[in-house]
Amino acid sequence: MEKSLSWREFIITRLIQTSGYSAILFVALIFFFLLREGLPTLTEVDMSSLLNIRWYPIEDYFGILPLITGSLVVTLGAALIAVPFGIGTAVYISEIAPRWMREILKPLVELLGGLPSVVLGFLGILVLAPFLRVFLNLPTGLTALTGSLLLGGIAVPTVVSVAEDALDSVPRAYREGAWALGATKWQTIWRVTLPAARSGVLTAVMLGIGRAIGETMTVMMVTGNAPVLAIKLGSLFSPVRTMTATIAAEMGEVANGSTHYHVLFFIGMVLFIISLVVNIIASSVVFRAKKRAERILS
Amino acid sequence: MMTKFLSRNRYVVQRIGFTAITLMVILTMLPIVGTILFIIYKGGSAISWEFLSGFPHDGMRAGGILPAIIGTLYLTLGTAFFSVPLGIAAAIYLAEYAKDNQLTRLIRLAIINLAGIPSVVYGLFGLGLFVLFLQFGTSILAASLTLSIMTLPVIISTAEEALRAVPQAFRTVSISLGATRWQTISRIILKEALPGILTGVILGLERAAGETAPILFTGAAFFLPRLPQSPFDATMALPYHLFVISTQVPEMPIQIQYGTALVLMVFVLTMNVIATVIRSRARAKRQW
Amino acid sequence: MNKIIIENLSLQYSDGTESLRDVSMEIRQNAVTVLFGPAGGGKSTLLRCLNRLNDLTEIKASSGRILIDGENILDPKTDVIALRRKVGMVFARPVPLPMSIRENITYALDLAGEKRKSKLDEAVERSLKLAAIWDEVKERLNDPAIALSGGQQQRVCLARVIALQPQIILLDEPTSGLDPISTGKVEAALLELKKEYTVILVPHSVQQAARTADCAAFFLTGELIEYGEGKTLFTNPKQKKTEDYIMGRFG
Repeated sequence: MEKSLSWREFIITRLIQTSGYSAILFVALIFFFLLREGLPTLTEVDMSSLLNIRWYPIEDYFGILPLITGSLVVTLGAALIAVPFGIGTAVYISEIAPRWMREILKPLVELLGGLPSVVLGFLGILVLAPFLRVFLNLPTGLTALTGSLLLGGIAVPTVVSVAEDALDSVPRAYREGAWALGATKWQTIWRVTLPAARSGVLTAVMLGIGRAIGETMTVMMVTGNAPVLAIKLGSLFSPVRTMTATIAAEMGEVANGSTHYHVLFFIGMVLFIISLVVNIIASSVVFRAKKRAERILS
Repeated sequence: MMTKFLSRNRYVVQRIGFTAITLMVILTMLPIVGTILFIIYKGGSAISWEFLSGFPHDGMRAGGILPAIIGTLYLTLGTAFFSVPLGIAAAIYLAEYAKDNQLTRLIRLAIINLAGIPSVVYGLFGLGLFVLFLQFGTSILAASLTLSIMTLPVIISTAEEALRAVPQAFRTVSISLGATRWQTISRIILKEALPGILTGVILGLERAAGETAPILFTGAAFFLPRLPQSPFDATMALPYHLFVISTQVPEMPIQIQYGTALVLMVFVLTMNVIATVIRSRARAKRQW
Repeated sequence: MNKIIIENLSLQYSDGTESLRDVSMEIRQNAVTVLFGPAGGGKSTLLRCLNRLNDLTEIKASSGRILIDGENILDPKTDVIALRRKVGMVFARPVPLPMSIRENITYALDLAGEKRKSKLDEAVERSLKLAAIWDEVKERLNDPAIALSGGQQQRVCLARVIALQPQIILLDEPTSGLDPISTGKVEAALLELKKEYTVILVPHSVQQAARTADCAAFFLTGELIEYGEGKTLFTNPKQKKTEDYIMGRFG
């Protein structure tokens, strides 16, 4: 009996260990397949044409600059909304709101995080876009701004939950110290709590931006999908097309193995690398090594 | 005189600040509540037995959305089939076995990155690996596998947190009584961490159920006249169906669009509410 | 007769805290051996070596041997599961497992493969009686153990160890959180236990050490300063350091 027990233990331990390692395997696999299908781009399309401002795949124009600028404009707009509103909400929940209010707000923010992006895109088309068209007197409501507004909403839950965690982990003694010195609650928030939670709030911002840049369905549905270079201020009020939307919209219609197919994978590769960089920066900001020994001895 | 002015001024600033923040919170929350209520209001009238249990016809401009509902159910279950055991096992590894070394740090970094990869990139990956390389074709299997890798980080991190919340003393005591590590985990730790793990699982699956981009080229079908027969069939799915009828089909009755949005929203938010309830109940009941 | 022989045991934790330096001693069967001294002296570390619980902690270096019935338990080939069934441990804070009183007692037996209800019932009654808690809990064996008072919990934890019928029982400040009455009950149980078992106790005060010790060992910063019969050691210590500590002239 003892023998079979140790065999079972051995096998289970190995299975668990393998599962633990699997995350590394998956990231590697994803990167490998993006490279495998995306790298041929570099031999099929020359650099100057790739870094061009014209995206018109039917005639073999594969300039990805409009897509990159499109993503940037929409994401920037989203960040301008999600960062202040997200951090404001986090501060309210963690520092100002009474307990019962917190109990309502937190699940509500999570609910927003759970709303499928396609539902938001759908409402964007039917409600937000017509409203913006009339309100701002634009030729079309399907603009970068529409995308930014919705993406801002999508990024808010990420920003709120991470920032609120950070604020929550600031020791209470810091605040009490500030109050004891005669600071108002408001001064304490600005001069003590927020600075102390700085790194966590920064992570929240990074992750929020990462969430926005990777969002696909909403932007595809509401930004009008016009691949034009978006570098002027007015770009915010005209249709744009993001990297994610391009992949989603065109991958279904390309022949496997064609140049167009490879370029779409190449764009995926760029997105993968962007998210990798964003996440590594975000996680290195908060990285705090916890001593395992502490847990065991306590 | 001066100090008096200053101190009054400080409280004016505080009042203005608090008001501004409260306004921001209202501006953030109103659209959430508004969106949900609006869709319930607009879509409610579309809901009927025929809508929930019928097949679409007349180019999807009439009839029901049964194949999309069933498809999303299949995809969610398929995702759970792969991601739940793998995710929980990985969480157990990280919480109970892993030493604090370079390799563990690499695993954590990988999980953080998995969480950040755009959903459409998962779609590309699924297309490259499952659909083409492994030749599963555009199928429920390929889409479920793609979605399960996407949900993995959510499940792993919430489950790990739940496991770590179980007091260390239980482990020490159990080991000191001659239990093996796995006996300790399976008999005590998992049971205590179960509500937290369940919350994570549901939140992960909720995300999978609502996603469109990862299934676009791995398993979603524009229209199917019958229900999928095997894991190797493509399937309709609620989120993709909503996308299709709101952007790809001209002269689509608005009623059906709102109705589909409502069903999808209810499907996903029900999971969200269940997860929230499980979590808060477990917190209230917990004795350690 | 000597049950345990410790030879030149040294140990250092990875984080540089508590350690042992070249400890050698022999521990008698059917007696209460008390390990005492100021905090950080290595008493708990030594206890945790005796059932290899230190395996859970990160250790930088260790050397020496511990022989129980002639076998070196620090040998990597040792069956630690069997060892821990033979060497039971009670901790400073009572930690009832999140289950009923009965299940707490049967947990380890069940893991060891004992499924027969009659045997388990017998073990529950016997061990709860030995731990002097039977009368207080016999009516509510299926209640969660966490619902008991601290003193009751600690005696259930003791019973949980006894249920395995170990040969050696280690107690790490088992009464540190208890009131004097509960403490008295636990100490009385110890006197009963030494008839059958080898008991090694880290007491939570010098008074408790003096009250309970057949043999006593004084530890200071990882070294064994003095070791001998309890009566002589507490009334007539040979070492100046031991005397200072017992008299409270310390630190």
